[in-house]
Amino acid sequence: MSRNLKTALFSTLLLLLISYPILGLKLSVIGIGLQVEGADARTLWTIGLAAVAMFTWQLLRDRLPGAGRLAAMTPSVPGQVKHWLTLPSTQRWIILALVMLALVWPFFGSRAAVDIATLILIYVMLGIGLNIVVGLAGLLDLGYVGFYAVGAYTYALLAEYAGFGFWLALPIAGLMAATFGCLLGFPVLRLRGDYLAIVTLGFGEIIRILLRNLTDITGGPNGISQIPKPTLFGLSFDRRAPEGLETFHGFFGIPYDSTYKVIFLYLIALLLVLLALFVINRLMRMPIGRAWEALREDEIACRSLGLNPTIVKLSAFTLGATFAGFAGSFFAARQGLVTPESFTFIESAMILAIVVLGGMGSQLGIILAAVVMVLLQEMREFNEYRMLIFGLTMIVMMIWRPQGLLPMQRPHLELKS
Amino acid sequence: MPELYHYLQQLVNGLTIGSTYALIAIGYTMVYGIIGMINFAHGEVYMIGSYIAFIAITLLAMAGVDSLLPIMFVAFAASMIVTSAYGYSIERFAYRPLRGGNRLIPLISAIGMSIFLQNMVMLSQDSKDKAIPSLLPGNFVLGESAMSGVTISYMQVLIFVVTFLAMLGLSLFISRSRLGRACRACAEDLKMANLLGINTNQIIALTFVIGAALAAVAGVLLGMQYGVINPHLGFLAGIKAFTAAVLGGIGSIPGAVLGGLLLGVAEAFGADLFGDQYKDVVAFSLLVLVLLFRPTGILGRPEVEKV
Amino acid sequence: MSRPLLEVRGLCMRFGGLLAVNGVNLSVREGQIVSMIGPNGAGKTTVFNCLNGFYRPTSGEILLDGEPIQGLPGHRIACKGVVRTFQNVRLFKEMTAVENLLVAQHQHINTNFFAGLFKTPGYRQSERAAMGRAAEWLERMSLTEVANRPAGTLAYGQQRRLEIARCMMTRPRLLMLDEPAAGLNPRETEDLKTLIGQLRDEHGVTVLLIEHDMKLVMSISERILVINQGAPLAEGTPVEIRANPDVIKAYLGET
Repeated sequence: MSRNLKTALFSTLLLLLISYPILGLKLSVIGIGLQVEGADARTLWTIGLAAVAMFTWQLLRDRLPGAGRLAAMTPSVPGQVKHWLTLPSTQRWIILALVMLALVWPFFGSRAAVDIATLILIYVMLGIGLNIVVGLAGLLDLGYVGFYAVGAYTYALLAEYAGFGFWLALPIAGLMAATFGCLLGFPVLRLRGDYLAIVTLGFGEIIRILLRNLTDITGGPNGISQIPKPTLFGLSFDRRAPEGLETFHGFFGIPYDSTYKVIFLYLIALLLVLLALFVINRLMRMPIGRAWEALREDEIACRSLGLNPTIVKLSAFTLGATFAGFAGSFFAARQGLVTPESFTFIESAMILAIVVLGGMGSQLGIILAAVVMVLLQEMREFNEYRMLIFGLTMIVMMIWRPQGLLPMQRPHLELKS
Repeated sequence: MPELYHYLQQLVNGLTIGSTYALIAIGYTMVYGIIGMINFAHGEVYMIGSYIAFIAITLLAMAGVDSLLPIMFVAFAASMIVTSAYGYSIERFAYRPLRGGNRLIPLISAIGMSIFLQNMVMLSQDSKDKAIPSLLPGNFVLGESAMSGVTISYMQVLIFVVTFLAMLGLSLFISRSRLGRACRACAEDLKMANLLGINTNQIIALTFVIGAALAAVAGVLLGMQYGVINPHLGFLAGIKAFTAAVLGGIGSIPGAVLGGLLLGVAEAFGADLFGDQYKDVVAFSLLVLVLLFRPTGILGRPEVEKV
Repeated sequence: MSRPLLEVRGLCMRFGGLLAVNGVNLSVREGQIVSMIGPNGAGKTTVFNCLNGFYRPTSGEILLDGEPIQGLPGHRIACKGVVRTFQNVRLFKEMTAVENLLVAQHQHINTNFFAGLFKTPGYRQSERAAMGRAAEWLERMSLTEVANRPAGTLAYGQQRRLEIARCMMTRPRLLMLDEPAAGLNPRETEDLKTLIGQLRDEHGVTVLLIEHDMKLVMSISERILVINQGAPLAEGTPVEIRANPDVIKAYLGET
């Protein structure tokens, strides 16, 4: 009992120390000086209640029946359902159903709903790309947003200086991002996992700082605006077409409606995601996909079997970057504006959170996680707490389910064909 | 020779900032030395240290205390105590359950912790810059005049003195005390230390606490030097201190000090050469270059791959 | 007699102040089974690590078919036909047994990105052949039942067998086994002995073995190299080694 009491007092003191000074006291700017104000009553009550709860819990921890088994009780999904949900075939069917839903979505959803769905698709694409690097190859890339930025700026610059359209710029953006991935990857991929993470973070930040400061080319902090929207075989979705183009509504003789543009953008995003899903599904069953996973499991064993780790890693890194490049150029086209501030570390962290939450290596998990993340972002009342929740989610996921919410079982391979 | 004085001035400024980087870097290097993980949230602990110092200083100012010594004392004490609690709790909550196993998992957890802490402070303290007037204004000139001499502010002197004392304290603790010896044993071989009856959980927690307290010292000093804080400053400071730790050789405490000083100087000269906006690029590039060409840093031991 | 497949001359490996391997010489002829024995910490595994490129030897020469390979990266050496197992089994634990075997065939199959993306006939053919070989070896190692189980969930003996099968998928010339009998029961050790013999006789593989199980070593090896504290102590046929007073002293201690 006395030991419990000591622990309880210690934990409570700790809780008060970490919560009261930062949460209970607030620095406010009054005039030109600073003043400290107490937080509102609700915050203080919360801190107090948390302290009391902590104290009682620590004190009575041994006596509470089954307190230790709390964790085992919470996920009450029966084993069979869980097994069924993680089967590759089940997940493929669910993805197929989701794709069907996505195809009919623009005809039922409102304009805003379609717009949000487009954003979700961008993150699905980024998630799939990063999943190659993090989930399959086991390389923690914290500068993924850098390749996204490369893709976005490639299109923006090509449009600004050379008058390229979206469809022409899209493959170039992918190629450009791939080139960056390859160039950056080649020297750094020899590094051990955690160093690699920090170096990629450094690269991501360097790209952003360069974009911000090379004002003559990139427009600096203001970025590049008036990036043209994609066209449908040369038909523009604007009210008045730029020179040399015809408008979509003019061509078909229907009244102008800005919703067409939103739906068209959505369909392009869907097309890109479907392409990405196709590629990743093939890749996972291809020799290179197996090599990625083998490398994640045991690099030394890989080397002893004749796999060149640098090339295997580089291919994952480059391919991941390519996906980000595609997503980036689409992002630029959708926004019509790119600024360096769209490509901060937080963006990398959000994509990483999607991969981690979804389950490394699982496509369905990533799709669902992207949906959750973007909806969380769009909900007004949550927006403030969004990043707080992300951070907490990442910690809890690592402790509770490092394999993600919806991992996928290994595919069953038939020995006789 | 105004050129020479200009460079000397940059050197002094660089060493000042560098010594605070060194303080933060020690936290990275000690944790890495013992459990081999990058405590990504360490920069946030430093940021929280700055906030606590500002809160303490403002509270004292509101209470009418205006002599320097008690203000400094309270600011340091409050900040170190609170960050120690943070260091301990972060380890207990986010890292201890993940010990052993894949290296990337604790790192992801640490990134989550970093995001969480930064946003927690942003929510409770809002994200506006907070400024306090300088507590220790004034400077003196070494040389004939400001143009042909080196200007050193009293604040810089304070930074040097406090940093030096903190490091002296740390090295005495590590080399002389029982717990310090246990720390060294754990850095050498955690499993063996555990078998020999050292409470390794306690030692790991202790390194987090020491690291956090030193980060708080840096937080107070840099907060007073710049006079402005916001919730975002932990991220960059964290990366820079990590660079310092890697530069010096991660796992080595003297290495962290050396790396911090070198990075501070490199940054000062880099900003002088390329312009202030590229100061951070200098730090990042240095990090990348060191990791590429000498991942063991200047004083680090080469890591033999275990097969 | 056949020519030497592997020739090691004056191999030294230094870690800081520690000379872990000191002047080891070794000659393995094509089709031989050669063992390396010695007390724990004698540097046997370090020799392996030098041979397959994990360590760059401090000095000395390693010749494969007369061609120097010391200091080459590990994957290059593996592609030349030198593969190994590990003392503490190193499988790709999350991947299934059959996937483990497919990964090991990487250098022999069609890894072209676009061929795989569009499933060209050549690619399909190559994948089918790879699967066929994997199935054949699973059958042979009696692992067919567990083919689709994650390798990490297999029983210890199965994991050992899978690791050897994985090596065989690379079509090696020299197979290095690092304590393959460790942790096996007598029955399994007996099977291992038969297996090693078959690998040599039916698949033309030369075997270099580190093993503590003297019964196994003595019954299977054609030559034995004894290492003590990093330095070679004796070399010869099992009969010679058994009678060598230095070896007896090293094993039983000074008396």
